[in-house]
Amino acid sequence: MYHYRIKKHGKVASLQVETAGEVPLENALLPAVNGAVIGVALNDKTLYNSLEKQFNQKPHVSPPKTPVLHIKTDNTHIGYGDTIRIPTTMGAVFAGPSLGIVMGKKACRVTQENAHDYIQGYTIVNEVSLAETSFYRPAVKAKCRDTFCPIGPWVIDASDVDNAQDLKISTYINDELCHETNTDQMVHSIEKIVAYISSFITLEVGDMIIAGTPLRTESLEIKAGDVVAVEIEKIGRLVNSVAAE
Amino acid sequence: MKRAKILLNEETLNVTVNDAGQVVTEQGAVLEEGTFTWLPPCEGKAFVLAINYADHAAELSFNAPEEPLVFLKSSNTLIGHDQKTYQPDNIDYMHYECELVVVIGKEAKNVSLEDAMDYVGGYTVGNDYAIRDYLENYYRPNLRVKSRDTCTPIGPYIIDAADVPDPHNLMIRTYINGELKQEGSTKDLIFNVPYLVSYLSNIMTLTPGDMIFTGTPEGLAHVYPGDEVIVEVEGVGALKNTIISETEYVNSLAG
Repeated sequence: MYHYRIKKHGKVASLQVETAGEVPLENALLPAVNGAVIGVALNDKTLYNSLEKQFNQKPHVSPPKTPVLHIKTDNTHIGYGDTIRIPTTMGAVFAGPSLGIVMGKKACRVTQENAHDYIQGYTIVNEVSLAETSFYRPAVKAKCRDTFCPIGPWVIDASDVDNAQDLKISTYINDELCHETNTDQMVHSIEKIVAYISSFITLEVGDMIIAGTPLRTESLEIKAGDVVAVEIEKIGRLVNSVAAE
Repeated sequence: MKRAKILLNEETLNVTVNDAGQVVTEQGAVLEEGTFTWLPPCEGKAFVLAINYADHAAELSFNAPEEPLVFLKSSNTLIGHDQKTYQPDNIDYMHYECELVVVIGKEAKNVSLEDAMDYVGGYTVGNDYAIRDYLENYYRPNLRVKSRDTCTPIGPYIIDAADVPDPHNLMIRTYINGELKQEGSTKDLIFNVPYLVSYLSNIMTLTPGDMIFTGTPEGLAHVYPGDEVIVEVEGVGALKNTIISETEYVNSLAG
């Protein structure tokens, strides 16, 4: 099943269809979820390894002991086909392709073994960010700007994805393939993340976890006028245009 | 005017609080304390200022920051007045933080310092509990320290901005079991209310109900299960809650 959200006659409608082809992608959709969005930072092996030296220096002093979390506030959430608005005076802006884990049941203190029972399904996230020079302080300025979190086009049921821990993620800028990764590159698995977060944060139905974004190299830089697409195998393709703020 | 949200017979109600501190429904009924549950009075993004009082910066051995040091809380952590906050087992240092909370009243984007106060709808009181054992140097203060279930009491109500003529001259006090533990004044804020509204609105759009916890002065201390903690902001309100153990909390979840 594909679950998507649109605005119809000024009202929000949540709809579900059997096939992706039935979703009206000619119009902009709403973000595929409407709950809280929590991101897991440094959850990519290449990114993590590239920072290992820094982790042992000031101000970090030692590597993270637990998954590193951040919040994508609701002003950042946009849907498929909507426009990412980027500032022109804050340096480079990067796309952040990631799997989105969508909660289907209220999850409070769940175990890794049971974590999958609480997941409704998966979506695609473009966790847009300014460059991060340090991971020491919360990244509000870099990550919480309006429109900096496209989510969609839909949520696909977990039962329709055999192994969410092995999905190819491809990012295209202006139809050119510029980045490839895979959900097998996560440092902390899907089950571990859900269990860890739910150990102190009750996740509600519709809340979403951004599983992890890759090292943001030049290949992921987005500029005004670009069209950026994040494609995840078995899930779909999230397309957004980019314009100056 | 003081506005609050309560849960009465499984229904969320918008209510007002009269001068005698009584809860009054939209129909005019006065409710007895104890017959309802206080909910957080606002819903929205929750920003918190770290190190926004010079004395507290010294207490934590930090220099005062050059720009606001802001972190976010997720909504799971908010609870209303007169509720319970659980203390995890096996920790050494969990402390309260009494804070003036600014509540946004209308949509704000790129607001100037001069106009910023027009976007403040009101004020409430927050208690930004932290469990320092969990501090890590990644996105510090990390969510495990600051966004825990039950760890951010807020309320009891929002008082209209018009009823707080000078938010920069309010005493802030915390009492544990009746004993005064923390005392300061909002006149010592490093970044004041209009600065914070303007600063945040230049990063992103603020919407009605968004909260800015403005930070806490010096005077932190560990709390223990069983403690009754009252955080008070002069002219705004007094927010009470009780610390319980993790076992008690887990039992309450089981129902």
